[in-house]
Amino acid sequence: MSYKANFRVWRGDVDSGELRDYTVEVNEGEVVLDIIHRLQATQAPDLAVRWNCKAGKCGSCSAEINGRPRLLCMTRMSTFSAEETITVTPMRTFPVVRDLVTDVSFNYTKARQVPSFTPPEGLKAGEYRMEQVDVERSQEFRKCIECFLCQNTCHVIRDFEDNKPAFSGPRYLMRIAELDMHPLDVADRQKAAQEEHGLGYCNITKCCTDVCPEHIKITDNALIPMKERVADRKYDPLVWLGDKILRRGKTQ
Amino acid sequence: MSEVERHSYDVVVIGAGGAGLRAAIEARMQGMRTAVVCKSLFGKAHTVMAEGGIAASMGNVNSNDNWQVHFRDTMRGGKFLNHWRMAELHAQEAPDRVWELETWGALFDRTKDGRISQRNFGGHEYPRLAHVGDRTGLELIRTLQQKIVALQQEDEAEFGDPEARLKVFQEATVTRLLTVPDSGSEAGNRITGAFGYWRESGRFVVFEAPAIVLATGGIGKSFKVTSNSWEYTGDGQALALMAGASLINMEFVQFHPTGMVWPPSVKGILVTESVRGDGGVLTNSEGKRFMFDYIPDVFKEKYAKTEEEGDRWYTDPDNNRRPPELLPRDEVARAINSEVKAGRGTPHGGVYLDVSSRLPADVIRRKLPSMHHQFKELADVDITAEPMEVGPTCHYVMGGIEVDPDTAATPGVLGLYAAGEVAGGMHGSNRLGGNSLSDLLVFGRRAGLYAAEYVAELGDERRDVPQDQIDAAAAEAVGPFNNEGAENPYSVHQELQQTMNDLVGIIRREGEMAEALGRLEELKARAEKAGVEGHRQYNPGWHLAIDLRNMLLVSECIAKAALERTESRGGHTREDHPGMSADWRKVVLACTLADDGGHVDLVRRTPEPMRGDLLALFELDELKKYLTDAELPSAAPSAPDEETN
Ligand SMILES: Cc1cc2nc3c(=O)[nH]c(=O)nc-3n(C[C@H](O)[C@H](O)[C@H](O)COP(=O)(O)OP(=O)(O)OC[C@H]3O[C@@H](n4cnc5c(N)ncnc54)[C@H](O)[C@@H]3O)c2cc1C
Ligand code: SF4
Ligand code: SF4
Ligand code: FES
Repeated sequence: MSYKANFRVWRGDVDSGELRDYTVEVNEGEVVLDIIHRLQATQAPDLAVRWNCKAGKCGSCSAEINGRPRLLCMTRMSTFSAEETITVTPMRTFPVVRDLVTDVSFNYTKARQVPSFTPPEGLKAGEYRMEQVDVERSQEFRKCIECFLCQNTCHVIRDFEDNKPAFSGPRYLMRIAELDMHPLDVADRQKAAQEEHGLGYCNITKCCTDVCPEHIKITDNALIPMKERVADRKYDPLVWLGDKILRRGKTQ
Repeated sequence: MSEVERHSYDVVVIGAGGAGLRAAIEARMQGMRTAVVCKSLFGKAHTVMAEGGIAASMGNVNSNDNWQVHFRDTMRGGKFLNHWRMAELHAQEAPDRVWELETWGALFDRTKDGRISQRNFGGHEYPRLAHVGDRTGLELIRTLQQKIVALQQEDEAEFGDPEARLKVFQEATVTRLLTVPDSGSEAGNRITGAFGYWRESGRFVVFEAPAIVLATGGIGKSFKVTSNSWEYTGDGQALALMAGASLINMEFVQFHPTGMVWPPSVKGILVTESVRGDGGVLTNSEGKRFMFDYIPDVFKEKYAKTEEEGDRWYTDPDNNRRPPELLPRDEVARAINSEVKAGRGTPHGGVYLDVSSRLPADVIRRKLPSMHHQFKELADVDITAEPMEVGPTCHYVMGGIEVDPDTAATPGVLGLYAAGEVAGGMHGSNRLGGNSLSDLLVFGRRAGLYAAEYVAELGDERRDVPQDQIDAAAAEAVGPFNNEGAENPYSVHQELQQTMNDLVGIIRREGEMAEALGRLEELKARAEKAGVEGHRQYNPGWHLAIDLRNMLLVSECIAKAALERTESRGGHTREDHPGMSADWRKVVLACTLADDGGHVDLVRRTPEPMRGDLLALFELDELKKYLTDAELPSAAPSAPDEETN
C-alpha cells in the first residue's frame, strides 16, 4: 500500500532558507522520520536531521510537523491523508543550525543552573531507604527524554526572546520540582524557582503538557504544585502573576 | 594544510554513554582535566535506550544472592569463554556502582522495605536487576549527566568556569587516534591524541592527550535488522584496530530474541526481556509454548519441565524452576528462528509474545510503560489486550577491544583504555541481560581511574601529536568530496547490511561466510569511491561515507572469526558445526590490522586458566560440560551421580 506523498521541508541555515517541495514514496506503517531518511537516501543526501533511537526514547528528533511540535520518529504517516501536504520545519524557539537541526544549547545552559541533588549529610551509599509512593512523583518527571518540545512550545520564550535569560522553561522548572519532591533532597528549591528560574512567568496554559511525548503532566503535577509550595512560603503568586500579565499587556 | 582547532587535556574520553560518562567522572574526580567527545547531543547516547535493568547482586529481593552467584551466572551465560577476572570484578563491584548512583540522585523502583527493587531476567538465578520501569538506561544516563553537571557546578564555584576541568564536546566524531611509536615499552604505540570533525560545521578538531578512553559502544548498524541506532558503526573498534590494538571474540554477536517484526519500518526495535521476566510467554501459531522443547542439555536441571512448574516459579522461586522463556538469549533466539523456519510463525514472520493473558492491564501499564507506549504508537497494538509479534534482532557485540581485566588498558597501545560495549572479554560468547549496564559502570570507572593514574605517573611528560598523521587524517576525511557521484554511500551501506544479515547472521554456514568475505572486498572498493554532494556542514551523506570504513573493517573481523570457529557457542551458531567443543573454549580469536592497513589478520590466543577458588564455585559435573579433562580441577572429588539440584 505505497503511495507518493507531498512533503515540504525547510532547507537552509542561520542566514536564509526556504520550504522545498518533494514527492516521496510512503509505505505501510512508516513514520515521518522514515520519509526524511528516504529523502536523504534518494533525493537530498545532505538534508540535516537529528535522530538516534527511532523509538521515542532519546528525544533527538524534535521538529514541527504542520506547525505542531512533535517527534519525527513517533509521528505515523497514517495520521495524515495521502493527499495532504506534510510540512516539516525545525523547532522555532531555537536558532537554526541547518535544515531541521537547531541549536539547543539554551537548554544545557539552563540545566547547569539548577543546583544538583543534595542528599542529607552522612547518609552512606547503600543506606538510602525510600517508599515507592514517595518516589513516584519525581519518577514521573524523570521520564523526561529532553526532547525540548515543551521548551519550544512555551509562549513565554517562543514569543518573547527577551525572556530567555530569566525563564528556565517548563523542562527545568520541572527539574526543580523533581528535586523538591525527592524524598531525600535537603536543598531549598522554592525560592530559587521563583527568583532565579522565573516560575512566576508561567501562567499555566498547559501548552507544554500538550506536546510532551512522554505524557508527563508538567503543568498539573510539577508547575502548579511548585507554585503552591512557593505561595505557602508567603509569596503571593496570583498577585505577582497578575502584575506580570498587566505589565505585559501594557507594553504590547 | 591549514591549522586545525586544538584542545589539550589529560584524559579524553570518546563516548558519552554509560561507560564514557562514568570514566569521565572518575578521571575528573582523580583531578585530571578531562574531556568527553561524542557524536550526538549530551544525554542521547545509546545507553538511553536500555530498558530492563542493571544487574547487581544486592540481594534486596532474595537475600541468597551474592557476587559468587552472579559470577557463576555470568560465566554460564557466556559459556565459559568470558575473561573470568572481568566477570569476577564485575560481579563484586556492581552493587557499589548502583548504590553510588542513588547518591547522585537516581530514583530506582523500590521494594516494600524501601530498598532498590530487583527483577528477574534471563540467565540470572535470583531477581537481580535494579530498574526504573522499563526505562533504566534513561535513568542511568540522566544520573551520570547530572553528576557531570554537579562537578561542573563545583568548578564554576571554584574557578568561575564550569568547564575548567570537565568539558563535553558534543556532536563531534573522532575518525583517527593519533599515536607515536613507542620503543621503550612492550606496547607498540603510544597515544598522543585524537582527530575528528564537528558534525555541525564539518571543521576538523584535534584533541591532544596522553590518555584516551574509548567508550564508543557497538556495531549493530552493519546488520539490517537491529535494535541499535545510527551511532553503532563500530568506530571505537576500528579506531583501536588502526592504532595497533587487537579485537577479540568478534564472532560473538548477540541476536536478541525479541525485536518488533511489524511494521517494516520499526523492524528490529527492541522488546525488552522484562516482558518475559514479568511473566510474558512465547507461543507459536499453533498456540504452543514451544520453549519447553528447546531446553539444551547444559541447562536441563535448571529450567521447569512443565508449564505448571514454570508458572509457579513466579510466586515461589525457591521450590520451582524457572520457565524456559528465561533461558539465555542465544537459546531463545535460535528457538524462535527454528519455529519460524518450521512454518509455525506469525503472519509477519515472528512468534507471539503475550502478557495480556498473564497480567492485569493496569499492572502491565505500570511495569512495562514504554513497551505499552511503543506498541500502541508504532504498531497499533495494545499489549494489555493482544499478543505482540516478535523475532530476533541484532543487539549487542560480545567481542571488542582486548583489554587488561583490571585496568581496562589496551595491550599494544600505551595510554589507550576501553570500556563498555566496545571492550571485549567480559561477556564471553553471550551476554546476560542487565550485565551491560553494570559492566559500563564497573569498567567505565576502572578505565577512568587507571587512565588518571597513568597520566599522574607521566608527570609533565607529553609527546607532540605528529603533524603528518593530522594531515593524513584530514585528507582521508575530505576524500568523499573528491569522489563526486561515483558511488552512493547509502547504497553501499544497505548492501553491507543485507550481506551481514543474510550471510553472517544468526545461523552461519561456511560457504555463506566465505561469500560474505568476498562481497566485503567488493564493498570496500566501492566505499572508497563513495562520493558526496554539498558542503561539510551537518552533511549526513558525508558522515556515512566516513563511517563505512569502520563498518567494513569490523564486519570483516566478524566474518573472518566466525568462519574460523568451527563450533557453536553462545552468539555464534554454525549449522555445519552444531556442537560446542571444549577444545575451542581454549581458543580466543584475535583480529589485528594487516600490514596493508586495509584488512585484518586473525591470530589464535590461549586464555589464562581460571583461578582455582573460582573454579571451586562450580560443581565438577557442570565444569565437565565446558572444560577439557586436562583443565578440570584434579583434586576435586567427583560429584555424586544423582541430581543435586
Ligand atoms: C534497545 C536496547 C535495550 C537495552 N537494554 C539493556 C538493559 O536493559 N540492560 C543492559 O544491561 N543492557 C541493555 N542494552 C545494552 C546496553 O544498553 C548497551 O550495551 C550499552 O548502553 C552500551 O553503552 P556504552 O557506554 O558502551 O556506549 P553507548 O551508550 O552506546 O555510547 C557510545 C558513545 O560513543 C559515542 N561515539 C561513538 N563513536 C564515536 C566517534 N567516532 N567519535 C565520538 N564519539 C563516538 C556515541 O556518540 C555515544 O556517546 C540494551 C541495548 C539496546 C539497544
Ligand atoms: S504551562 Fe507554563 S511552562 Fe507550560 S507552556 Fe504554559 S506558561 Fe509555559
Ligand atoms: S518534559 Fe516532555 S516535552 Fe519537555 S523535554 Fe521532557 S519529554 Fe520533552
Ligand atoms: S529518534 Fe529518539 S526520540 Fe526520535
